[in-house]
Amino acid sequence: MENNIVLEARAIYKSFNDPVKIDVLKDISFNIKRGEFVSVIGKSGCGKSTLLYILSTMDTDYQGELLIDNISMHGKSEKELAAIRNEKIGFVFQFHYLLNEFTVLKNVMLPGFKLNKYNEAELESRALSLLKDLGIEHLAHKMAHRISGGEKQRVSIARAMINDPLIIMCDEPTGNLDNTNTDMVFDIFKELTEVYHKTLLVVTHDMTFAQNTKRTIEMEDGRILR
Amino acid sequence: MKTRHITEIAGALLLARWKQTLVAAVGVTFSIALFITLLGFMEGLNQLLDGLVLNRTPHIRLYNDIRPSDHQPIDLSDKYKEYYNFVGSIKPTNSREEIHNAQRIIENLRKDPLVLGVAPKITAQVFYNLGNVDVNGIINGVDVEQETKLFFFSDYVTEGNYYDLKNVANSIVLGIGAAKTMMAKVGDVITVTTTEGEQFTLKVVGFFQSGISEFDKTQSYASVATTQKLLGESSNYITDIQVKLKNMDLAPSLAPQYKQVYGVDAEDIQTANAQFETGSSVRSIISYAVGLTLLIVSGFGIYNILNMLIYEKMDTIAILKATGFAGSDVKKIFTAISLSIGVFGALAGAVFGFIFSKIIDAIPFNTDSLPTVETYPIDYGARYYIIAVLFALVTTYLAGWFPARKASKIDPVEIIRGK
Ligand SMILES: Nc1ncnc2c1ncn2[C@@H]1O[C@H](COP(=O)(O)OP(=O)(O)OP(=O)(O)O)[C@@H](O)[C@H]1O
Ligand SMILES: [Mg+2]
Repeated sequence: MENNIVLEARAIYKSFNDPVKIDVLKDISFNIKRGEFVSVIGKSGCGKSTLLYILSTMDTDYQGELLIDNISMHGKSEKELAAIRNEKIGFVFQFHYLLNEFTVLKNVMLPGFKLNKYNEAELESRALSLLKDLGIEHLAHKMAHRISGGEKQRVSIARAMINDPLIIMCDEPTGNLDNTNTDMVFDIFKELTEVYHKTLLVVTHDMTFAQNTKRTIEMEDGRILR
Repeated sequence: MKTRHITEIAGALLLARWKQTLVAAVGVTFSIALFITLLGFMEGLNQLLDGLVLNRTPHIRLYNDIRPSDHQPIDLSDKYKEYYNFVGSIKPTNSREEIHNAQRIIENLRKDPLVLGVAPKITAQVFYNLGNVDVNGIINGVDVEQETKLFFFSDYVTEGNYYDLKNVANSIVLGIGAAKTMMAKVGDVITVTTTEGEQFTLKVVGFFQSGISEFDKTQSYASVATTQKLLGESSNYITDIQVKLKNMDLAPSLAPQYKQVYGVDAEDIQTANAQFETGSSVRSIISYAVGLTLLIVSGFGIYNILNMLIYEKMDTIAILKATGFAGSDVKKIFTAISLSIGVFGALAGAVFGFIFSKIIDAIPFNTDSLPTVETYPIDYGARYYIIAVLFALVTTYLAGWFPARKASKIDPVEIIRGK
């Protein structure tokens, strides 16, 4: 059966026991097709981040089923999940989370070291061309803590792209940026989907940002409204 | 994941906290250096002290003991055969301490492949005559060449020439203590009286200092021939045969064989000097315990610093995991950090240990009781270096193992959410 679904959630439930049992996610089911640009919106505390951690395989403590590239994540070991994350998922956080001990270029190349698909020279030229596409090629050899917030976020995007993943997930990627930088990041995402046919799942608080995406998933109290 | 990339990440983390890691490495260096120095020094002293006795003690000594006759007349009686008999009228018969056929025994022993060398010896009880006073003394008749080769005789002759014992007739090497009481100088002529009452004049050709003052007060050395003359015995007369083996540990098993084959008494060095072995091994155990404790303490230093590093680098670990590094990769990174501290510390420690040993080795150490020693003794055995380095690597690996495991278990979601 040929389909182009990259990610599918089937009846995902999640609850915390802190100190009483709260259900954070209830019966979450949806799928994302190749090339889609999806935004997730909802009130603070409705479970958006929690859902994203589950979808990115970092959180395994949930009920329900998650399929990535039509493969169930159920029962996979920590090592296997790490490998899937490395190869198929790019992640961009609200806080830029670069490794301060390394240069911008090395930060972008790191997931590639793990994947070990390209040799170091190839990896470097890939990283440089990504940085160039994002307009920060000149920062390549700067240390990661010496660049601005907007620049850091672009480096994170380059890092998320390095292994050519199936889907890129972002948790409020513009939450910490001013309007100009937000617009720029949005334009980059748009280009990624339209020109490079990437699949994107973006959690955001920014309504204009969400309105501009092709599809918007709205959440409330751990459920999907639409 | 290539090892090179693991080490690259480990190196970057390490350099980010290079001061702390340097402190940890210096801890390892220091403990290894002290371990090597301590053990080298202790073992040097052990060898020196054991050497005082062991160098000059034959591994097996053959002699004739004076003991009661084994067969008393009552044993011949059929009537009392089944009884315990304690009537002994026959006194010791082997009044001769002489070893029968000594020359042939010596020749046979020299052919034995286990034997390094054989030296004959005679002891003679004498009195050194000092005006009106007679001082008790013992003259050891020795074969100068064999004695030097096997028992380092020449090392202990502090004045005069030991070889004159052989070249000069009726010569004597006096114990330094005896020489002092007699106020004798090299070249003097002294008088001794044998137990048979005969007087001899002997020429002093040197002084002997063993390091054991009680010994030096009474003992002197002369050639075998001179001593035989003192005792009025023939040139076949030998009372002791001293055997030095190639492997000292064989002595206890060989002694009874010699006893049986040659029909003489045989005593091995282990039986004669049991207390020295014990002293040495206790000293060794103490220094190993101290040294290994130092290494363990330095291991705790590494443990602390790695733990701190992990707390500081939580974000880094979370990012590595979020971007697809497995727990085992993170563990490898932190193990690499701890091992590189260990390896660097251990190698530097070995170098410093050698330098400290050299320094101690150069400190003057002069004492009357140890004539051959000029500086503090050090044993440069490679085993201390090997033990220290191996142990350091094991400790640092273990010290890194727990923090590394902790790092590998870090949940990235918790860190990322916590921001
Ligand atoms: N470790 C935890 N233990 C207990 N409750 C938690 C834990 N993490 C999150 N929660 C709760 O789960 C709910 C959903 O949190 P989540 O971070 O997913 O919200 P969110 O939609 O991302 O909100 P925001 O828009 O503010 O980022 C919240 O009510 C929160 O208090
Ligand atoms: Mg959130």
